[in-house]
Amino acid sequence: MEFLGFLARRLAWSLLVLFGLSVVIFVIARVVPGDPARMALGPRASAEQVADLQEKLGLNLPLYQQYARFVGGLARGELGQSLLTERSVNLDIRTTFPATLELVLATVFIAFLFGVPLGVAAARWKDRWPDNLVRAFAIVAAVMPTFFIALLLQVLAGYVLQILPTTGQLPTGTEFEANITGLLIVDALLTGDLNVAFEAMRHLLLPALALSLATMGQVARITRASMIDVSRQDYIEAARAFGVPDRVRLFKYQLRPAFVPPLTIMGLEFASLIGGAFVVELIFSWPGMAAYGIRAITQKDLNAIMGVVMVSGLFFVMVNLLIDVLVGFVDPRIRIRGRRA
Amino acid sequence: MTALLSVQGLSVSFSTYGRTVEVLKAVSLEVPQGAQVALVGESGSGKSVTMKVIMGLLAQPPARIHAGRIMFDGRDLLTLPERERVALRGTAMSMVFQDPMSSLNPVWTIEDQLTTILKYADRRLGRDRDRRGRRARVIEVLAQVRMRDPERVAQSFPIMLSGGMRQRVLIAMALLSEPRLLIADEPGTALDVTTQAQILKLLRDLVETQGLALLMITHNLGVVRETSNYVYVMNKGEIVEEGPTAGLFAAPRQQYTRDLIAAVPRLTGRVTS
Repeated sequence: MEFLGFLARRLAWSLLVLFGLSVVIFVIARVVPGDPARMALGPRASAEQVADLQEKLGLNLPLYQQYARFVGGLARGELGQSLLTERSVNLDIRTTFPATLELVLATVFIAFLFGVPLGVAAARWKDRWPDNLVRAFAIVAAVMPTFFIALLLQVLAGYVLQILPTTGQLPTGTEFEANITGLLIVDALLTGDLNVAFEAMRHLLLPALALSLATMGQVARITRASMIDVSRQDYIEAARAFGVPDRVRLFKYQLRPAFVPPLTIMGLEFASLIGGAFVVELIFSWPGMAAYGIRAITQKDLNAIMGVVMVSGLFFVMVNLLIDVLVGFVDPRIRIRGRRA
Repeated sequence: MTALLSVQGLSVSFSTYGRTVEVLKAVSLEVPQGAQVALVGESGSGKSVTMKVIMGLLAQPPARIHAGRIMFDGRDLLTLPERERVALRGTAMSMVFQDPMSSLNPVWTIEDQLTTILKYADRRLGRDRDRRGRRARVIEVLAQVRMRDPERVAQSFPIMLSGGMRQRVLIAMALLSEPRLLIADEPGTALDVTTQAQILKLLRDLVETQGLALLMITHNLGVVRETSNYVYVMNKGEIVEEGPTAGLFAAPRQQYTRDLIAAVPRLTGRVTS
């Protein structure tokens, strides 16, 4: 019951955030110079044609009316027509978003799979060589631009070693039509097509790795700091005094209370991951939403821009809602205090 | 009466940033079987270091043990192989921690923490006890520390319990494996005076009924009078005075002891000067 109340409060906040986002992106998209109608029709279109399209898009209306139209569409789940692809933005996003989602989920998975153990090892052997190695890695991973990592991996694994594919989601000519969840690997597994699932994972590996390195370093650093912080707590000393073995102390007594900061960071990382995904999507020819969004921005394809931003925002808000619930599960103090508040 | 614990000529120094400070100078003390002994001194007098050396919790380096022996039950703890040393910790000798607010793990239930400790204590002692047996023992010990609803307390997270209840849990933790020596590090200092008095009474009752030896580490002479019948007074790393509690209170020989007695707020309200 308390949990439902907590969820309801968080949902209300989420709606408020999304409303704010819609206003901001609406204004930004319109103050940027350039006439969408002119850009869509090209330099050789006549003034009448441009005016016609402007009227059709409602660009001649006052701003508040345009916003009302936009929000009205949003409420119906209708994002309008893309000028670039000349299809509905809904359809464009529905076809591109799952690829980005798959990429981002795999990225987060890899970042945590390696980042957390690295952080634990660094904290366990603080100021010794494992710690120095992890810290050096975290810095290098943070300062290397994603596009550089992506190209490096592509050259290394794709051309020099030739062990992994470097473009697309599947080998060209692969026949696969299932569309249950939209996530390729999941769909392939659901339909029992192990061959396609395996190929999809192989294709996913390099782009996800390229995108995950910076986050992995971040997760390792935060985990390390948090583990060291917890290791100084009295209850760790107490566990030692009562003869709880090192291994149990490290993972059960230390890692769980230390797990909240990396978890919270992950929620925030989702935003930058979607932003960073476009570089990776372009380099690896990944048919995702981030790349679609960038094309929309350069072409000032208003409906597509707003669609992509709103879907990203919704995704971000939902992920953080989920993480809030997870944090409450990991640390009962947060759950119980939230109940009292 | 042979001593269960006997510290003989223990000297310890700390080395940091090129400086070496001697924190324990030839400290000797004895805790006989079933006796209640107090080690009293102000902050920085070396009483916590003494306790840590006995428990084997002192980090070396920066600390270094120069000389001395710690005889426990006829064996020298300082020369004992690490494996046997660890086997004693939390079992034959156990410790009541000072701060109930920070000595319990916030993310696990009381039952979870107590059964974990019991599980590894059993393993070290080669005792065979299943999950249900461990749970039963945990509930039993929680009842021993006079917890009104042990079942409910076991299911609670530390944050759901009051300071006094948490302190009782810490005592229960120390009693889990039927220790012979209990080292108490100023239990209840973090609590209000009334609760502290209850905790001390509980501790004394438990020690007496179970025949445990108690080494009470404290800066509070009021606590000493409540819990012990023999006192060691420590100052700047040395034992400066010792004697039966009543005698020491009646006729302190050292100026330092007199100062301590004068300085400490009284728990019982009796006039002592």
